[in-house]
Amino acid sequence: MPVDVNEIEKSVSTPRLGGSGHDRPPRMNANDGRLRALQDGSPPPGSTAIWVGIAAITMTFAALTSALVVRQGSGMDWQRLALPNILFLNTLVLLVSSVTLELFRRDFLPATGNGVTSHANGLWLYATLALGLVFVGGQYVAWKQLQGEGVYLASNPSSSFFYLLTAAHALHVLGGLGGLLYIVTKLQRTTLRKSTLDVATKYWHFMDVLWVYLLVLLWAKL
Amino acid sequence: MHNMPADPTLHHAPPQGFIRKYVFSLDHKVIGKQYYGLGLLAVFTGMVLSWIMRIHLGWTNAPVPGVGFFTPVGAPGGVITPELYLQIMTMHATLMVFFVLTVAPFAAYGNFFLPIQVGAEDMPFPHFNMLSFWVTFVAFCVLVSSFFVGDGPTLAGWTAYAPLSAVGSAAGPGQGTGQVLWAAAIGIFCIGQLLGSLNFIPTTLDLRAKGMTFSRMPYTVWAWFITSLMGLTAFAVLMPACVLLILDHVAGTSFFVASNLVINDQLVPHAGGSTLLWQHLFWFFGHPEVYIAIVPGMGIVSHVLSTNLRRPLLSYKVIIGSILTIAFLSYMVYGHHMFVSGMNPASSLAFSFPTLIITIPATIIVLIWLGSIYKSRLRINSASLFALGFISMFISGGISGFFLAQPTIDIMLHATYFVVGHFHLVMAVAAIFGIFAGTYFWYPKMFGRMLDERLGKLHFWLTFVGAYCIFMPFHYLGFAANVRRYQAFVDDYTIHLIPVHRFITVAALVTGAAQFIFFYNIIHSRFWGKPAPDNPWEGTSLEWTIPSPPPFDNFGGKHPIVTHDAYQYGVDAPNGKDYVMQDAPEDIAPRAPAES
Repeated sequence: MPVDVNEIEKSVSTPRLGGSGHDRPPRMNANDGRLRALQDGSPPPGSTAIWVGIAAITMTFAALTSALVVRQGSGMDWQRLALPNILFLNTLVLLVSSVTLELFRRDFLPATGNGVTSHANGLWLYATLALGLVFVGGQYVAWKQLQGEGVYLASNPSSSFFYLLTAAHALHVLGGLGGLLYIVTKLQRTTLRKSTLDVATKYWHFMDVLWVYLLVLLWAKL
Repeated sequence: MHNMPADPTLHHAPPQGFIRKYVFSLDHKVIGKQYYGLGLLAVFTGMVLSWIMRIHLGWTNAPVPGVGFFTPVGAPGGVITPELYLQIMTMHATLMVFFVLTVAPFAAYGNFFLPIQVGAEDMPFPHFNMLSFWVTFVAFCVLVSSFFVGDGPTLAGWTAYAPLSAVGSAAGPGQGTGQVLWAAAIGIFCIGQLLGSLNFIPTTLDLRAKGMTFSRMPYTVWAWFITSLMGLTAFAVLMPACVLLILDHVAGTSFFVASNLVINDQLVPHAGGSTLLWQHLFWFFGHPEVYIAIVPGMGIVSHVLSTNLRRPLLSYKVIIGSILTIAFLSYMVYGHHMFVSGMNPASSLAFSFPTLIITIPATIIVLIWLGSIYKSRLRINSASLFALGFISMFISGGISGFFLAQPTIDIMLHATYFVVGHFHLVMAVAAIFGIFAGTYFWYPKMFGRMLDERLGKLHFWLTFVGAYCIFMPFHYLGFAANVRRYQAFVDDYTIHLIPVHRFITVAALVTGAAQFIFFYNIIHSRFWGKPAPDNPWEGTSLEWTIPSPPPFDNFGGKHPIVTHDAYQYGVDAPNGKDYVMQDAPEDIAPRAPAES
């Protein structure tokens, strides 16, 4: 049956959910260079991209996990490694940081573009940043404690994996902190989009999940 | 053209100034061209390296012109040493696999055409896209820099098997700094490709134009989408493997080096590592990489063939389903690269079975191509010839895969030239033919000029015949037990094979020289070629609805609305054409097929 072009045009100009293949592509910048609501209603590509990123990071750590298991079983030189106690405190700090970021996200009200500016209690965001930094600092303390006991990267395959996995995770957390700083700059310019915040929050929560997994892995295998 | 007026606001403003326009560009089309240029640079370098190898294999004690000038140590008097031969072999393969077979069909064409074919004005994350190219370029520079530092590039082969790749300079020239640079380059390359996937996947899922449903996406879009999914998982594994390799070199760890290893009378200061661990990590990437190289070619060939056949291929859904099946199975077959590693025969069987199974979807695709061509009126042009060439190479190389998939046969053939012939035909030459098909097909759209068709056809026939002259004799050499990776053949059973090697060398030189026809064609046509119309091949997909070359925002400030499948050919359209564009208004839909 022929489709009425006018009907199509009408439906395109009407904001609605449904996303790709059914609506016009979302644009990333504001018309006025400031905040822009996603008027076309398409899902922002960031919501897909974050899962792409999480999948890639998961694969990387899965590869390292399999390497750990194979390496542990391949030689007779594997020695048990006592995990520094500060790791458990760091875990708590990271978990709390996820809570503070979630509080910020739920508190955040994006601007509508009609003169209403965004609103959020920035305190929770700054607390998340601070806790993230404390976590990375805590990991550094853990490394220094091990070095103080004479356990270095190349001392034993178990210590190699400990440093490698914790450093790889810390690097990803630093990346997340960079993302949160970006959020801070956007917040100060009132151009923060809800979708951007959602993406950053998902990433940060994933860092939590990843770290808990790593902690269990390190505790069980090292 | 059936479309909607768009808001003038774009992802990013049109670039101002040379740097933002051509160097650090955010435009997916410029980035696609940059990737294409990088691919050309790499393929030229890799080809010259292969010439040097071939001359040395044919005339082992003869000086190779020019090589002594570049490396007096590696080639005293121009005669290549065994170590330099292995270094050149490693760099040839690394450049070709990573910077040609991955970069050109996936990153180059995908960047240029994926957003256009789905009806988007750009990738969703242009800064990541720009970063993706420049990170890849840095990887290329790091790799090539190993020619100029220390004792040259690594000689461990593109697979960088441990322990040779992990024990440092004691193992030979290039095994110190050269190997670290190799691992760093590949690790960086992985980051670049992951950034690419970060754009390709959301572009396909989220930025499709209205009406561009999954079942209306061109074959190429599916191919790039599936390839980016494979790249996402494969490169994410290779990258940490490269980090482990670097740590074994520079930090004294022992991931890959076993205990009590003595190399060149030196006890290696590592203990307990697993040499097979590298192989597992590498081939978990390595086999999907084969499909990362070939799947975009499958998409291009299907796209080009359908356009030139003037009818849709026999089954769109079966082709897409088969490519998806190949991608899924590609993770279950990697162990067939390790049949000679001493693995348990039961494990060999476990990897052999899916390796044979994966030939089924590949065969189905080939049969659909052949069935579609049967009794057709194929338009013969450079693009369709190279598409046919792709199919020919894919079949020829694929058939030898049946032999190698079986451990009992593979153990005999694995270290011989039979394997070299197999993977060059099925992966390298086939993929290169896909790249050529894409170039002849899309060049008018990319650069707004037509290529010289006569030169294109000449290029095809010389390359087609030349490729068979080079790579079919490899199978014969393999059956004659000619060991691969050797730099000279001095044993009784190999000496009589040297004339075959000389024939291959001459064929390689001639075929390589024929590529200068292609280089001339693309450079000359860029400036003096006939101006290209918007739709020179009478195609239906969205790239043919816009000017050649496309404007900055692709669709001139409008958003296309897709109302038709991608391959509405062979129809009796009211406007007298035999095709209907994807964005044609519904009321000129085909009334009746022109042929059954």
